[in-house]
Amino acid sequence: MRGLERYLRMEKFPHIWCPGCGNGIVLGSLLRAIKKLDLNQDRAVIVGGIGCSSRAVGYLDFNTLHTTHGRALAYATGIKMARPELNVIVITGDGDATAIGGNHFIHAARRNIDLTVLLFNNNIYGMTGGQFSPMTPVHKKATTAPYGVIEPNFDIAELARVAGASYVGRSTTYHSGLLSELIVEGIKNRGFSLIEAITACPTAYGRRNSMKGGLEMLLWQKENAVLVQKAEKMDSNELAGKIIIGRLHSQASPEYTAVYQQLVDGISQKTGGGMIAPLKGT
Amino acid sequence: MSQMVEMARLMQGNEAVAEGALVAGVRFFAGYPITPSTEIAEIMAERLPRMGGKFMQMEDELASLAAVIGASLAGLKSMTATSGPGFSLMQENIGFAAMAEVPCVIINVQRSGPSTGMPTAPAQGDVMQARWGTHGDHPVIVLSPASVREVFDLTVRAVNLAEKYRVPVILLMDEVVGHLREKVVLPSTGEMQIINRLVPASNAAGYLPYRPDENGVPPMASFGDGYRYHVTGLAHDEQGMPTSDPEVVENLLQRLHNKINYHLADIILDDAFYLEDAQVVVLAYGCSARPARHAVKEARQKGIKAGLYRPLTLWPFPEQRVLEIARRAHTIIVPEMNLGQYRLEVERVVRNLTQVRGLHRVHGELIEPGDILAAIQEVV
Repeated sequence: MRGLERYLRMEKFPHIWCPGCGNGIVLGSLLRAIKKLDLNQDRAVIVGGIGCSSRAVGYLDFNTLHTTHGRALAYATGIKMARPELNVIVITGDGDATAIGGNHFIHAARRNIDLTVLLFNNNIYGMTGGQFSPMTPVHKKATTAPYGVIEPNFDIAELARVAGASYVGRSTTYHSGLLSELIVEGIKNRGFSLIEAITACPTAYGRRNSMKGGLEMLLWQKENAVLVQKAEKMDSNELAGKIIIGRLHSQASPEYTAVYQQLVDGISQKTGGGMIAPLKGT
Repeated sequence: MSQMVEMARLMQGNEAVAEGALVAGVRFFAGYPITPSTEIAEIMAERLPRMGGKFMQMEDELASLAAVIGASLAGLKSMTATSGPGFSLMQENIGFAAMAEVPCVIINVQRSGPSTGMPTAPAQGDVMQARWGTHGDHPVIVLSPASVREVFDLTVRAVNLAEKYRVPVILLMDEVVGHLREKVVLPSTGEMQIINRLVPASNAAGYLPYRPDENGVPPMASFGDGYRYHVTGLAHDEQGMPTSDPEVVENLLQRLHNKINYHLADIILDDAFYLEDAQVVVLAYGCSARPARHAVKEARQKGIKAGLYRPLTLWPFPEQRVLEIARRAHTIIVPEMNLGQYRLEVERVVRNLTQVRGLHRVHGELIEPGDILAAIQEVV
């Protein structure tokens, strides 16, 4: 926490998260990344959706926006378009980003607009009490899947890559240092960046799936995460059930607000301006 | 610019929306194509980048209004345009804009419904959706134009009211007015009042984003201008922080309504035609006001004391004006292209002061002057 207080609205604590929840660790990784980059708090906007993770924006001393469920990326798109010079970071959860917000997610990635998305993946809908999300693994139990989930789950990192994101990373709360490094890279990337943070929800997910408490879930992450460099040398049998972490994808590609500016500049050259003087208000 | 707008032009209603929005200072438009509103997006796509503004075609209507709200929070006057089904999809974020007090304008060029209805047929079926579409008790301003020039004027007014009162303002058009072409002479920009949102006078450290000024409206800082604050759709205190304190929440919701209710004289706009001595008053808005005007003129030629009352502000409902009319006229006829949405509101307000008759069409064909004249003759 040392040196990070300046980024927090300290008077808003204690936070709402349950004992054993990993969200605080993800938030810590974000703040360390922001500190490392020395981001100007007045020039950064942090946008959240709805759900446990998205409530983080209330604790952060930035321009913060807590939006409607699933729509964080669409709100963030408007902010970034209006003021491309701002750093816009989006905090969202697996339910928020991949179910109700799934369409906004693939289109924001497709545009490669310069947003950094920190997706807290706790494999469950926490705030509504433990219903399954599109990222709850098959056969796992949830209040709305008492016999186990029968739907295959999303690989959000892969989805982001094929949709057009220029940076994709994944880590866990056990590997919080790596998580912070990935966030730094994501913020630096000029384009759409997704960082998936695997985080534990002992209350709504672990409890129903024989994972005991928060500590056991952290240790599970330690045992089941494989660094991408190591994974490249492993076969599919060895990788079954493992989580690949690290920088999964990084490829520079045209960024939306920059392309838009080029379009504007191109029109001005062709037409010799066409700029209408701003009107005086009353 | 001033040269251009002073010329007489043949213009479509949807085109007048774009012209009005640009003159009013709208610099961000996000939308999703839907008939019969599409021309608005097409014109904005062409014009905005030429004037340093931004146009985005979003993936759906939910995203469109969300982006509009985001851009407004970052300081740009912002709007979207849609039609019936798209308007339904926007309701969630209209509620957000009302709760978080984010200025924005939503143009709804109404089409026949429910559901996909008749995409190219006119209707006035979204009158109650415009008032009560989103959940909760929310403030709203809804304007309804009946001519192309009025579309221009009310679009400017919609932007001005959104900025002044920090509310979502809905311009409730219909297919007829949207696609109608008329000769218009637009005012020169010098003649027009353009209102910008009030910005905080205090320094950033003392800024309370939801502390209202004497008019009940909090001054608004843009994201990125050095005022760091929190915006949420949750019930919140003056700091913008979530709260469930009953007193704070009650005060917030009352204030959201009162900032409109205390300024009815500024917000309500209407038009009267032969109303002074009218015993039969036709109360009509949008596309139905055009045949209504014609019918009233014909009735006068026949010696019938008929008049037209035309609310340009549909919501808040012009209650005092309608009550005045009800005290003088023996009948109010409400022609509208729905099954009685506004007529029911008129009945609620006038109670037993006078009789109220509805004239309703939902088959996609306009109400004709003869229909209204017949209704007038029936009650005299």
